[in-house]
Amino acid sequence: MSLTADEVKKIAHLARLGIDQNDVQAYAQDLSGMLDLMARMAEVNTNNVLPMAHPMDQVQRLRVDAVTEGDLRDKYQAIAPQVEAGLYLVPKVIE
Amino acid sequence: MHKLSISELAQGLRSKQFSSVELTQSFLARISQHQALNCFVTVTEGQALQQAKAADLRLASGQATLLTGIPLAQKDIFCTDGIKTSCGSKMLDNFIAPYNATVVENLNQAGAILLGKLNMDEFAMGSSNETSYYGAVKNPWDLTAVPGGSSGGSAAAVAAGLAVCATGTDTGGSIRQPASHCGITGLKPTYGRVSRYGMIAYASSLDQGGPMARSAEDAAILLQTMAGFDSKDSTSVDRPVPDYQAALGNSLAGLKIGLPKEFFGEGLHPEVAAAITDAVKQYQNLGAQVEDISIPNLSLAIPAYYVIAPAECSANLSRFDGVRYGYRCQNPEDLADLYTRSRGEGFGKEVKRRILMGTYALSAGYYDAYYIKAQKIRRLISEDFKKALSQVDVIMGPVAPTPAFGIGEMIDDPIAMYLSDIYTIAINLAGLPAMSVPAGFVNGKPIGLQIIGDYFAEERLLNVAHQYQQVTDWHLYVPKGFE
Repeated sequence: MSLTADEVKKIAHLARLGIDQNDVQAYAQDLSGMLDLMARMAEVNTNNVLPMAHPMDQVQRLRVDAVTEGDLRDKYQAIAPQVEAGLYLVPKVIE
Repeated sequence: MHKLSISELAQGLRSKQFSSVELTQSFLARISQHQALNCFVTVTEGQALQQAKAADLRLASGQATLLTGIPLAQKDIFCTDGIKTSCGSKMLDNFIAPYNATVVENLNQAGAILLGKLNMDEFAMGSSNETSYYGAVKNPWDLTAVPGGSSGGSAAAVAAGLAVCATGTDTGGSIRQPASHCGITGLKPTYGRVSRYGMIAYASSLDQGGPMARSAEDAAILLQTMAGFDSKDSTSVDRPVPDYQAALGNSLAGLKIGLPKEFFGEGLHPEVAAAITDAVKQYQNLGAQVEDISIPNLSLAIPAYYVIAPAECSANLSRFDGVRYGYRCQNPEDLADLYTRSRGEGFGKEVKRRILMGTYALSAGYYDAYYIKAQKIRRLISEDFKKALSQVDVIMGPVAPTPAFGIGEMIDDPIAMYLSDIYTIAINLAGLPAMSVPAGFVNGKPIGLQIIGDYFAEERLLNVAHQYQQVTDWHLYVPKGFE
């Protein structure tokens, strides 16, 4: 199976990932190569096989719905690109 | 001092042959002397010396652990409070972590000294350390060769004597393969054994932190402090941590070793195969029995891994959006431009390749055909290992098909590089523990023997590796120029 340059651009858009125009063709080729590798999986009969998400088939633990972390807003915002009055700033979304 | 084991160093500190400050200074001097290896992203000199002073006081008070005053280094994937944590990426080049990973916290509590943060493939995606934003690490055995990856800085630093030991992480072989290429001892624990809290996520269902050291004994001591249940990691397994050192001396008489035929097939360098065969003979001399076994679905591990890992990577790395921390592009036009350009400019090529692959595999219409299918294959591989490990105690084979390749040799052929992970990634899919132990040299470059065990058999693996290191000296060789 092979991916076209347009398909690569569409995937990049879904991932909100800027890619260089000049690299699109190379990505299409690399991803097509990976898909060729993966084609082998289709030949295997996996009817009645349960998907495996965790090696021990452990489920996520529940915990008491209580606050465990203190207020670390100032510490976290100290490393943000742009903040003001305790808020993270991004370009204007609504006019 | 850089050739002594942790136990010998602990003894030296207690008998006042040297202080932790002196020991730390000697490692800092070596780090500065061997900067050309490019092992460190950040050297935390001031903080290390402060920690060493505190460690000397703690040693004097009799409250010390085996790791108190021992200088080690952290892979730059573990968050360190107040210290840059880059994950080998431009995206996090300006990221000062606001908290400690549990592994870092555990080692701090034990009184270990943090020398600095180690170079790695960007977001742990790579098998050569060449994808790092900070440039490739050099292999101390051959400066034109890669150290392996993604924990290449960790492996090269330990091999070159720039740290007593180091932490690493292993998603598809990232502890074992660099350990093999640099001639050190590395252990990937059972999934869930070491907390992933504060360990920057690549593929959450595969990632596992572990020790990298010069011997199985040192690895046992380091793992002892790294391992344990952590309520902050929802996939951590609540199970007591055994005394890893206690079992090191056990006899291997009657040990059943399985050799999977799929590990010795096409693509394996004949001299690597010969080194592994020699190592297995040593085990027979120690009283072990050898059986031929099979992991029939092994070859499916690569396709399954390169669906699951990129899928999880694309989800995990969606958090890097230029809003709350990390890289932000200049003058974004609007929010979409902010996301797209920050990510486009902040991530390197290999990371982008995997985000694209994962996004595709998870997108509408392909989810069942790729992700669910890969998870089913994952179970088949896991069942193969379960069956094999019901017949034998440990499985042995090579870690990598060849010794370390040259820097630049494979970077333009990502698929070929992926294929070289064949002997390691299946173990991550199954979630089993496995080690790399130095077992010889090919063309002057080290070769690792892989030892795979059942779930939570770290104790047994360390014992099996330690006994081998009692009758061989491969782990004691030091690369030329780093004596």
